[in-house]
Amino acid sequence: MINFEIDGKPVSVPKNGTVMDGANQLGIYIPHFCYHKKLSIAANCRMCLVQVEKAPKPLPACATPAMEGMKVFTHSGQAVTAQKGVMEFLLINHPLDCPICDQGGECQLQDLAVGYGASSSRYTETKRVVANKNLGPLISTDMTRCIHCTRCVRFGQEIAGIMELGMVGRGEHSEILAFVGKTVDSELSGNVIDLCPVGALVSKPFRYSARTWELSRRKSISPHCGLGSNLIVQIKQNRVMRVLPRENEEINECWLSDKDRFSYEGLNSEERLTRPMIKQGGVWQECDWQTALEFVANGLKDVKEKYGAESIGALGSAHSTLEELYLLQKLVRGLGSASVDHRVRQSDFRADSQMQGAPWLGMPIAEISQLKSLLVIGSTLRKDHPLLAHRIRQAVKHGAELNVINPIDDDLLTKVRNRAIVAPDKMVSMLAEVLKAIAELKGVEIPDDAKNALSTVSASDTARAIAISLSDNKPAAIFIGNLAQHHPRYTDICKLAQHIAQISDVRFGVLGEAANSVGAYIAGAVPFGNRFGNRNADTAGDRHGGQGANASQMLGMDDAASGTGCKAYILLNLEPELDCYNTQRAVRTLAAADLVVMMTAYKSHAAIQDNYADVLLPIAPFTETSGTFVSTEGRVQSFNGVVAPLGETRPAWKVLRVLGNILQLDGFDYETSEQVRGDVLPAGNDVSAWLNSRLGSLAVNPIEAGKENKGSEGLQRIGEVPIYQADLIVRRAESLQRTRDAAAPLAWMSGSLMAQLGLQTEEVIRLKQEEGEVQLPVAQDDKLPANCIRIASAHPSTAALGGMFDQITVEKS
Amino acid sequence: MLSAESLKKIDYELTKYPADQKQSAVMSALAIAQDEKGWLTTETMDFVAEYLDMPSIAVYEVATFYTMYNLQPIGKYKITVCTNLPCALSGANEAVAHFREKLGIGFNETTTDGKFTLKEGECMGACGDAPVLLVNNKRMCSFMSNDKIDQLLEDLSK
Repeated sequence: MINFEIDGKPVSVPKNGTVMDGANQLGIYIPHFCYHKKLSIAANCRMCLVQVEKAPKPLPACATPAMEGMKVFTHSGQAVTAQKGVMEFLLINHPLDCPICDQGGECQLQDLAVGYGASSSRYTETKRVVANKNLGPLISTDMTRCIHCTRCVRFGQEIAGIMELGMVGRGEHSEILAFVGKTVDSELSGNVIDLCPVGALVSKPFRYSARTWELSRRKSISPHCGLGSNLIVQIKQNRVMRVLPRENEEINECWLSDKDRFSYEGLNSEERLTRPMIKQGGVWQECDWQTALEFVANGLKDVKEKYGAESIGALGSAHSTLEELYLLQKLVRGLGSASVDHRVRQSDFRADSQMQGAPWLGMPIAEISQLKSLLVIGSTLRKDHPLLAHRIRQAVKHGAELNVINPIDDDLLTKVRNRAIVAPDKMVSMLAEVLKAIAELKGVEIPDDAKNALSTVSASDTARAIAISLSDNKPAAIFIGNLAQHHPRYTDICKLAQHIAQISDVRFGVLGEAANSVGAYIAGAVPFGNRFGNRNADTAGDRHGGQGANASQMLGMDDAASGTGCKAYILLNLEPELDCYNTQRAVRTLAAADLVVMMTAYKSHAAIQDNYADVLLPIAPFTETSGTFVSTEGRVQSFNGVVAPLGETRPAWKVLRVLGNILQLDGFDYETSEQVRGDVLPAGNDVSAWLNSRLGSLAVNPIEAGKENKGSEGLQRIGEVPIYQADLIVRRAESLQRTRDAAAPLAWMSGSLMAQLGLQTEEVIRLKQEEGEVQLPVAQDDKLPANCIRIASAHPSTAALGGMFDQITVEKS
Repeated sequence: MLSAESLKKIDYELTKYPADQKQSAVMSALAIAQDEKGWLTTETMDFVAEYLDMPSIAVYEVATFYTMYNLQPIGKYKITVCTNLPCALSGANEAVAHFREKLGIGFNETTTDGKFTLKEGECMGACGDAPVLLVNNKRMCSFMSNDKIDQLLEDLSK
């Protein structure tokens, strides 16, 4: 530690600490622009000049290393003169357009100009003007305002992992811009808006829509990815105007992904459903809540009488709150059915009987930065979990080795030590090879339940390299990504990964796909009763023999259960034509049902046009209801509604409660969402006892066989979920939908496959799965494995297709 | 994009730096590319970026920072005349006026036959030889009286 003095107060900082670190510790404010605690030190704004005893001239506090016995004065005559001088220079070229600048009111330059600027300028010459740049649909520019702090440039290089902005030219001709004709496409790009200390980079969707001082700040939690980012939602006149990060060092630090930041536009979408709607005689009509709820209750009663309670099923999205999912399962179980699920994109449910708890990250998010080696299975990390990917990027920067097993080889913007890019049906054998390698390396027996399956496997060099990386570098972890969770052999992937983790003694975790992926298990929104979580849960499921139908069986996506399905469905927060593993079958199954109740915030086009729905109940999105999400690290985070529900929209937990009352079910007397939460979570909200990603004893299926391999002959589809199609809200966020990440799906395939099929780039081809067919242009990606076609799912243009990883046929059109 | 010969030169430059710090060679690589192509197009800079494993914008930063990189097409011969104080005191302004008259172009302009481009330069560190000028960034000419300028233009025009 180095001891020194700032403004007469003693302070000590670690070796390599700076004067700025010491000042921060003491709570002494030194004005600055380019300095940011998460970025490297540039010392180019010169605003933080301070006086240092015995130094011949003022020194920048951010870049001056603390030295033993040093005496620093931050507010002395010399320091203040220097700071004022710098401010005068900064203001020379800065336009006086604060009254129309979006940054006005939250502008560092404006604030500091009050303290250090002169009341009028001595500069009478012409100011320079810099042309604005088009940086894409999210960031708006006013480059004349730029003071060249280069925070945005450093953010790209150091945090986002891709340098998209740079400072070109020199001296007075310096400008911040993206390379000729390029836009800023990083999924973390919105953070440069927060970082910009002036109004040069501002939010395009928010532009000119409100002044910052008119906005109320309300706390909330992100409903998108499993991270559980903390949000500040800013509102004006009962409308969400903007979303900003709420700093939480353990989760999102001071960052926010673009999905979390800009998806609020979807909340104000014109597609919002504001009144209940019923389909009568094939015609959709708006009605009041009473009519709608009675219609639903009668419908459910009819189905129960006619076909038995088992023919009622409920599916809720894991983007719904803990309270909503709890009441949904309680309602269905109260009616006598155990068919309730949230895993609509999962296709392999073999492990259900062997689950030991809710699958979770297996470690706190903050500890990811300390990992020395990782194996990520089935995930395009930066698109699935942008801020988790950022943590991993930082870990890699500090020497961690990232190993990847994935069918897609998109640039992860970080160094990858070993990558195994294999077709989806080869992922299991790749993992088996790693298991074999690690067992050989450690000299241990292969566990019994995998022995048979592994008898024919021999480890490749890549598998060996991955095994060595995991066993030589500690701490290490294995993560199962979204794509692996949707994989037709998820159970085997999970089981093998678990063995690898056990033998190499590393952490094992499942990356939560949605904000409440962990919470959905705890709420009991799974068909196998309440073995974990849900402490006061009604055990109706157990009473009725325990097992209900899972998502795949309910929606007829399971081959064995094909053509079956329920007679009545309650869908919470779902668009089945986009959200399911096999959208084609899901829609067909729903269309055959007697009653489909959709609890949704949006007038889903497909539900109305395809006519599979019978009732639409307008429920509140996360900003209009109180609730709780349990993040992928098992963190319970409750939030309140930030605005009043739009129109006649009601929070889903209230709707379900009233529905429970109308159906005269027990235990639906809740007054507040806190009471509901109290029924699910123990006092203190500690859910750690219910978190466990491990599976019990379960044999791994033979590596090259099994019915799950239905895509192994012919061409295989790789149907990943695009970043801005993952949930209902983000699908309707207009600006995000204009980004490159939201581009319409193409049929990506390798050049050799194109040659084999005689296809040209951009040629429109017909793609068929089961009875569904779509037409898409061909695109070339030589990094894809052979015999695979990458076609995004969760997009209207591919909704007619079938399973995300099933066989697909191609025809020229 | 670049000839095998140029790539060989760039590869040689790369041997001077550690393998994981290829971008250290960006200035030499750009100079080599410019020698071959005459000026740096966006595509050339993109190519250099990819060749050196660095973001295109980082290459662009370097190319725009240094004035000796040409980001616009230029004539066969780029004549850069120093107009800083010592040169100006020793007749740089007269030299520039002579160029203007002889070539019929001003600074940053190119003769219609595409032969000469005139540029204004900063101190070249040879004030004792003032006025000085550079031909194509490489050849330094000292004591540029009008006679010597005539001689130079004649030699280059051949």
